[in-house]
Amino acid sequence: MSKDLPVDMPPEAPKEDSRPKWDNKFQYILSCIGFAVGLGNVWRFPYLCQIHGGGAFLIPYFIALIFEGIPLLHLELALGQCLRKGSISAWSSISPYLGGVGVGSWMVSVLVSLYYNTVLTWVMWYFINSFQEPLPWSVCPLNENRTGLNEECYESTAVNYFWYRKTLNITPDITESGTLQWWLVLCLAACWAIVYLCTIRGIETTGKAIYVTAIFPYLVLTIFLIHGLTLPGATEGLAYLFTPDLNVLKNPRVWLDAATQIFFSLSLAFGGLIAFSSYNPPKNDCEKDAVTVAIVNSLTSLYASIPVFSVLGFKATTGYWDCLDRNIISIINEFDLPEQSIMRQNYTDWIMFLNSSYPEKIAGLKLKSCDLQEFLDQSVSGSGLAFIVFTQAIILMPGSQAWAILFFTMLFSLGLSSMFGNIEGVFTPLLELQIISKSIPKELLSGKVFAFLSFLWHLNYTLLILFSEDVKWMTGRKLNLYWQITWRFISPLLLLIVFVAFVTLQIQKPPTYTAWNPKHEDFPMKEEKAYPPWIQAICVLLAVLPCIFVPLVALFQLVKKTWRSKDPSFLPPEVFSCQEVNRNFSHPKK
Amino acid sequence: MLQVLLLTFSAVTIAHAELCKPDAQNAFKVRLSIKTALGDNAYAWDTNEEYLFKAMMAFSMRRYSSKTTTQISNVLLCNVTDRVSFWFVVTDSTKNTTVPGSEVEAAIRMNRNRINNAFLLSDKTLQFLKIPSTLAPPVEPSTPVWLIVFGVVLCLIVAGIVFLVVAGIQQRKKKNKESTERENLEEKGEATITIENGIPCETLDLKAGHINGVFSADDERFTSL
Repeated sequence: MSKDLPVDMPPEAPKEDSRPKWDNKFQYILSCIGFAVGLGNVWRFPYLCQIHGGGAFLIPYFIALIFEGIPLLHLELALGQCLRKGSISAWSSISPYLGGVGVGSWMVSVLVSLYYNTVLTWVMWYFINSFQEPLPWSVCPLNENRTGLNEECYESTAVNYFWYRKTLNITPDITESGTLQWWLVLCLAACWAIVYLCTIRGIETTGKAIYVTAIFPYLVLTIFLIHGLTLPGATEGLAYLFTPDLNVLKNPRVWLDAATQIFFSLSLAFGGLIAFSSYNPPKNDCEKDAVTVAIVNSLTSLYASIPVFSVLGFKATTGYWDCLDRNIISIINEFDLPEQSIMRQNYTDWIMFLNSSYPEKIAGLKLKSCDLQEFLDQSVSGSGLAFIVFTQAIILMPGSQAWAILFFTMLFSLGLSSMFGNIEGVFTPLLELQIISKSIPKELLSGKVFAFLSFLWHLNYTLLILFSEDVKWMTGRKLNLYWQITWRFISPLLLLIVFVAFVTLQIQKPPTYTAWNPKHEDFPMKEEKAYPPWIQAICVLLAVLPCIFVPLVALFQLVKKTWRSKDPSFLPPEVFSCQEVNRNFSHPKK
Repeated sequence: MLQVLLLTFSAVTIAHAELCKPDAQNAFKVRLSIKTALGDNAYAWDTNEEYLFKAMMAFSMRRYSSKTTTQISNVLLCNVTDRVSFWFVVTDSTKNTTVPGSEVEAAIRMNRNRINNAFLLSDKTLQFLKIPSTLAPPVEPSTPVWLIVFGVVLCLIVAGIVFLVVAGIQQRKKKNKESTERENLEEKGEATITIENGIPCETLDLKAGHINGVFSADDERFTSL
C-alpha cells in the first residue's frame, strides 16, 4: 500500500511555527542575564552601596529583590512565554484595552535604546583613544603660545579636561546648543553599525553574539578583581564600601533607591524580556529562569562592586599620598631639611613640632589638609565613575593602556548585551505589527522613571488573577504561596508606594543641573543651574509620552467596541488563555 | 710679607662673602634632590661635588660668551644646607663684580642638558629657582592614532555586515531554487510523489525491469484513492 505524503514535511509539523527560536536553553538564559547585567551593575550599584551606608544597603536591596524583582521578572517571562508575542501584541491579547501598556513599554524601549547607544558611543571613543602612549587623558596639552599648559586643563585636571572638552566639548549652559562633534558622530555611527550587525537576523545573530558579550565582562571583572586587590589602598576602599551604617535604614530615600535600582537593573517592563521569552517553547520552567536571572544579576552587582571599590580605594590612597608628599616637599624646601627626613609616617609629628616652633612660616606655606576620608568621599556614579574617576585610577597603574583597553571593552560588552534586549523589545512588536520604523538619535533627559513606574503598576495589577492557572500549565507545578502573595498584594502595593514617593520627592525641589563652565568663579567646581521651563516641559513630555498610550488605546478600543456592538454579527473576543493559544503547538518531547 | 698676604686673603674672602649671600644681586639659589632622583644609588654631596658644580658653571659661561676668561675660582658657592641647596654667583675677575644675572641665566639655559647629565639629575631634581625650564613640545603624530584604530574597527564591522547580508542572500537563493523545483514538479500534474516501499515510483519506471502486463490492465497505473 502506498502512502501519499507531502515531500519535505516532517511527520509532526506544527502548523504556524515560523517564529524564530533559541538554539538552546543556555542561549536564552544568557541573553536574559546579558540584558539585565549592564552598565548599572558596574557604576550605579557600588555608588548606591557607598552613599547609603555600605553593607546596610544590602538589606533594602535584597528585600526589594525578593518582593519586587523576582515576582515581576517571573510575571514578565511567563507572559512572553505563554503568549509567544512581543509586548504590544501580548498586551492586546490579554485585553484590547491594555494594548496601550504594550505601546508604552515599546516607547520606553525606543527612548532607552537611543540614550544607551550614546553611552556606548562615549565608551567607544575612550576605547579607541586607549591605544596611545601617553594616554590622552593623562597629560594636559600646551596652550597656544607654548608658554605653559592649557589653562582650562591646568586649573581642573587632565582627566576632566579630556572628558568635558575633548570628548563632549560641552557648552556652559543647557540652552546653548553648540556644534556637532564630528568625532562623536563617527563613533555613534559605528555603534549603531555594530548593533545592526549583531541584531541583523534577530535572535539568530544575537544568540551567537551573546556568548561573547555576556561572558567577556565576567572575565574582565575577575582580572580587575585580582589586580585591584593587589593595589595599595584596596582594603581601605573595600572597608569604606562595606562598612554598614544601619542608621541609613531610617531614610526613605534609601528604600526608594533600592527599589528603583532593582527595576532598572532587571530591565523590567521594557518589553525586551517579553520578547526574549516569547521565543521559548511554551512548556518551559519560567519560574526557575526568573529566579536564576534575578539572582545572577544581583550577585554580579556585588561581584562588580569589589574591583570597582578596590580601584577607588587605590585612587583615594594615591591622592592622599600625593597630597602628603606635596606638603612634605614644601616643608623641606622651606626649612632646608635633608631629603627623606620627613616621611608620610612621621608627617604629623613633624607638623606639630614645626607649628610650635615656627608657626608663621608654616602658615605662610599654605599647606592643604590631607584627609584620606575626604578622598574616599569623592564618590561618583554613572558616567563620572567610568570616564573621570576610573580613568584617573588607570593612569596610576603600570601598563595603563592595557587596563584602559580591557576596561572599555568590558563596558562596551555590558552595554551591547543590554542593547540587544532593548532592540528586541523594539523590533519584535514591530515585526508582528509589520511596521517599518526609523530611529533618530538624540540626548535624553531624566524623568523617565515616571513612565516606568506607572505602567509597571498596571502590568502587575491586571495579570495576577488571570495568570496563575496558565503558569501552572507552563511550569507543570502549581504556584506556591510566595508567588501568590507577592503577585496579589505585596508587589502592587510596594510599586504604588514607590511611585507616589518618587513623585512627591521630585516635586519637592526644583530640578537643577551642574554645568561645566570654565569662566565660572569657582571653577573647577561645577556651576549649579536651574532647568529652564521649556526643558522641564520636555522632561515631563518624555515621561508622560509612554504613559499616555495606556488611556489613549483603551479609549480607542472602547470607542471601537461600542461602534461594533451595534453590528449584530459581531462576536466578542474570548478571554485569553495560554492553553488555548498554544493548543496547536506540539513540541518535540525531551 | 706674610701679613700683606694675610690681609689680601682676608679682604678677598670678605669681598667674596659679600658677593655671595642669599638674595644677593645676580645670585641664584640651586636645589638638588639627589635621593629622589637616584634612590639607593644616591651620592653624598661633598666638596668634590661642589667643585664639579663650579666647573660646570665655568664651562657654561665659557660656552655661552666664548670668553676664555671665566675660571673655576670665579664661581662662588655659599650657604650650603643639608637639603642640598646653596646660593652661587659668578664673578668677573676683571671688574671684581658679579656677572649680570641675565647672562648667567642664558648660559645655564643653553647648557642645561649637559649640567643635568653631569650630576645624573633632571630638570625637576636639579632646580635653579629663578630659571624656569622650557617645556618639551608634545609629540603629535601626523594622523591622530584614534582615527587609525577607528578605521580598523569600522572595516571589521562593515566586513561582518557584508558577510552576513551576502550569506543571507545566498541562503535565500538556495531556498528559492528548491521551492521552484518543487513547484515545477507539482505543475507537471503530480500533486504528490508517491512512494512504494520507500522508493519513489517514478524511479521504478526507469529501472531495468519488465512491466507485468497483467497488472497494468487499465490506463491507470496506480490505484486510485
